[in-house]
Amino acid sequence: MTLADITIQLLNGLAGASSLFLVAAGLSLIFGVTRIVNFAHGSLFMLGVYIAYSLTDQFGRGSPLAFWSCVLAAGVAVGVIGFVVEILLLRRIYQAPELFQLLATFGLVLVIKDVVLKLWGPEDLLGPRAPGLRGAVQVMGKSFPEYDLVLIAVGPIMLGLIWLVLNRTRWGVLVRAATQDRDMVGALGVNQAWLFTGVFALGSFLAGLGGALQVPREPAQLFLDITVISDAFVVVVVGGLGSIPGAFLAALLIGVIKAFCIGIGDVQAFGTTFSFSKFTLVVEFVVMAIVLVIRPWGLLGKPAGEPRHTAATEAPLKPLPGWLVLGFAGLGAALLVLPVFTQSYLLILLIDVFVFALFAASLHFLMGPAGMVSFGHAAYLGIGAYAAALMVLRAGIPMEATLALGPLAAALGALLFGWFVVRLSGVYLAMLTLAFAQIVWSIAFQWDGFTGGSNGLIGIWPPAWAAEKEAFYHLSLVLCAAGLLALRHIIFAPFGAILRAGRDSPLRADAIGIDLRRHQWFAFTLVGAFAGLAGVLHVFSKGSISPETLGIARSVDGLVMVLLGGVQTLTGPVVGAGVFIFLQDEIARRVEFWRAILGLVIIVLVLAFPQGIVGFLRGRFMRAAA
Amino acid sequence: MKSITKAIMLALAGAVFAAPVAAQIKVGELNSYKNFPAFLEPYKKGWELALEEANAAGGVLGQKIEVVSRDDGGNPGDAVRVAEELLTREKVSLLMGTFPSHVGLAVSNLANQRKVLFVAAEPLTDKIVWDNGNKYTFRLRASTYMQTAMLIDGAVKSGKKRWAIVYPNYEYGQAATAAFKKLLAARVPGVEFVVEQAPPLGKIEAGAVADAIAQAKPDAIFSSLFGPDLAKFVREGNTRGLFKGMTVLNLLAGEPEYLDPLKDETPEGWIVTGYPWAEIQTAEHKAFLAAYQKKYNDYPRLGSIVGYATVQTVVAALKKAGSTDTEKLVAAMKGLEHMTPFGKITYRAIDHQSTMGAYVGKLALKDGKGVMVDWTFADGKDYLPPDSEVMKLRPKE
Repeated sequence: MTLADITIQLLNGLAGASSLFLVAAGLSLIFGVTRIVNFAHGSLFMLGVYIAYSLTDQFGRGSPLAFWSCVLAAGVAVGVIGFVVEILLLRRIYQAPELFQLLATFGLVLVIKDVVLKLWGPEDLLGPRAPGLRGAVQVMGKSFPEYDLVLIAVGPIMLGLIWLVLNRTRWGVLVRAATQDRDMVGALGVNQAWLFTGVFALGSFLAGLGGALQVPREPAQLFLDITVISDAFVVVVVGGLGSIPGAFLAALLIGVIKAFCIGIGDVQAFGTTFSFSKFTLVVEFVVMAIVLVIRPWGLLGKPAGEPRHTAATEAPLKPLPGWLVLGFAGLGAALLVLPVFTQSYLLILLIDVFVFALFAASLHFLMGPAGMVSFGHAAYLGIGAYAAALMVLRAGIPMEATLALGPLAAALGALLFGWFVVRLSGVYLAMLTLAFAQIVWSIAFQWDGFTGGSNGLIGIWPPAWAAEKEAFYHLSLVLCAAGLLALRHIIFAPFGAILRAGRDSPLRADAIGIDLRRHQWFAFTLVGAFAGLAGVLHVFSKGSISPETLGIARSVDGLVMVLLGGVQTLTGPVVGAGVFIFLQDEIARRVEFWRAILGLVIIVLVLAFPQGIVGFLRGRFMRAAA
Repeated sequence: MKSITKAIMLALAGAVFAAPVAAQIKVGELNSYKNFPAFLEPYKKGWELALEEANAAGGVLGQKIEVVSRDDGGNPGDAVRVAEELLTREKVSLLMGTFPSHVGLAVSNLANQRKVLFVAAEPLTDKIVWDNGNKYTFRLRASTYMQTAMLIDGAVKSGKKRWAIVYPNYEYGQAATAAFKKLLAARVPGVEFVVEQAPPLGKIEAGAVADAIAQAKPDAIFSSLFGPDLAKFVREGNTRGLFKGMTVLNLLAGEPEYLDPLKDETPEGWIVTGYPWAEIQTAEHKAFLAAYQKKYNDYPRLGSIVGYATVQTVVAALKKAGSTDTEKLVAAMKGLEHMTPFGKITYRAIDHQSTMGAYVGKLALKDGKGVMVDWTFADGKDYLPPDSEVMKLRPKE
């Protein structure tokens, strides 16, 4: 690369960083004040792109003033949407257990996607170029788009404006205070409800504006939400939660690193070619993993104060009453004899339910009793599945052996990553699990010769004795039930008690001589094995495996199941898995816009059962029983 | 809340007690409708039209055909479950559809396991008929290899020797790149591939990629980008003057699905595969076009052709087999010939690939819209490797 090449790639990186910074700043503000992990932030960005497309296409072609007014109007429109969403939906569930709001925003993602499809149609929509900035300027003998130069300036300008709002207005002072200690702000008599609404609207406005600014650079299309949300999360976490300058720095860093990876291209070393261009697939997650390992609070973040629980602390666990134990035993027996009565699709669907119930329960073990939220739990499902598939296809190892070796492989993966993960806490911990999951995903995706690359592996079927649906149904039922019972047993065992002690009060646990980190590390490894078992069963029930099994979407499915069932219950994840899979299957078959309907159903469930379905049932019936 | 509980209970009851009603020939169709709506909404219109025509003509074997269509969720795990649902609950006689390669391969693998015919409509991967080919899977569309081969003549004629390559980083892009390098090197001695860029699908940093290509000073580009990646690359390349004096080849860029969004940004002179729907004058296409426009008041995309031809294949196979028995259907599919809007196609017995072709031409701007000019029809049968090579690629049955 010549100096001119380096300069131009530096500019490319800076231009790409601006709109990412805006999205991330909004996400960071919202999280800082309301503690909502807003999955719908990418959807708000996407709405910004679509609205700005329509406005500029209609009114913004003539003059620069018209164009920029359209961009601003699109941002404001998205801000208003955020305002409405907060009042109608999120405000009702602030008292729910932590992270529950994530479920509501997941429902929003589904709804917004289908609404956009309905309103704007399926085709990609490439907007007009910005009037007055259509061409390129010469930078060291190379053409560089004028619009990108403006974008480079927009980032610092917006950073300055946000800084002014946060530091020079009373409202900004309250926002910063709430970011640090929102209970205290409430105690001092500040109306939290409106503060939250305002912050959510501002964050949405920034997302919408970030989207609107992209219109001259990329078409409006339906994958933007997913593409942007993970990048935005990475930027927020790398920068440090709640730190706007941190988000700016992280956006620049990632933008520039990406541009240089592309600029460097293929490098020959030690007889092999390393493609930095292909490395862009995962580079932001590698950066995040490195940053979090070295600086557990991000580049400019500060360790958070000990959070006070806004929701009621979890009640101590109690063994199930006798009638419920009998009930579950009866359900198990009924499931065992079910194939006598039906050979239908129900068995196939139930295999999926069993597998994902085990997967969700293993995630719940981490989120609930162990107090570690994982955003990348699908990694262990996937490692188990890939390990089994590779053993069958490449080494001819029989399925029976992979049922033990697959979980072992997943546990080894969890052992390796867990060592880093347990050093963090809260959302940083969750994001590090996500980073590791993405790294595993990219290896599976890229290593064509071994893992089959993006196509994955096919032809992994159970041996003759288990090939019949009925036999495989029984195998899955027995193994998943055993797994669920084992997890439950561990939660009640002293080991589980230690984990719960550590979750409720790390200080006191430390004081009585518990090496909490070591126990958490072991817990992380253990649930990896259970997720791996689910993965092995998954691959043999489908006959194939592809990188999606390791992907973010699968991890999110797991979170949705746990939260839907109720994170503060032990049977919640199982119920959540069952409800989610049945809902998805039924709705997808019956209606065209199934995503929106599924999203709405989830939102209704969220509003009706803020403790999750099982949490709600327990509240009703256990009180009655007691 | 009561009503929701009730709805859920009803849905569950439906799942348990739904019984198949068999008075018609049932065909199971699955596709990633929600993941790739730009291609698949026209695709659905295409097969619905063909189905309507077939049933209006009396159906086949004295029975009407019913297509049971499902969204496969766009991932192999869900797709396999949906396919099983079609087989066990709906008791369909055969499967058709799928779009992304990994979903196509997973369903093809299931079809082999369950011994049921699968007509893969759209997946482009070469593996579905070659490396991972199986007895029960047949594929309609011209594959990645075939479409790449169709562009090679243009590459050779350009006389260019320094090539840059840009492709979406997954199997389709990788396979297109490998085929292009192999085929071009065989015909042009001394050809050089000076830079390769493999941006993640849907996440191209187009400006940086355009500059990285310019930096290598190529005199031609081979691209297999499509969709949003293509639009971004075209706009950044145009602004930065990347395409001046450059020969550019781009797979699929002439398909209305990907060409139409480019509007006035359409790069003139690019050599592409695609579908110039407004200009094809064959009788079979004119008939299709008229029927399509009458029914939908919209123009067809390439997806419409694929959907339409897939049902035509199914109808022809049922007629030839005279039965819905899988083994008879598979036998009928081998060497099956029928007409499509793109002319006559044959399903080759040797590898189960149809000979459906594609149109090859140059992009041009007309009234602020992209069109294909100087196009010719490339018949698929002329762009496949010799039989001896195919035999080596495909596992023995």
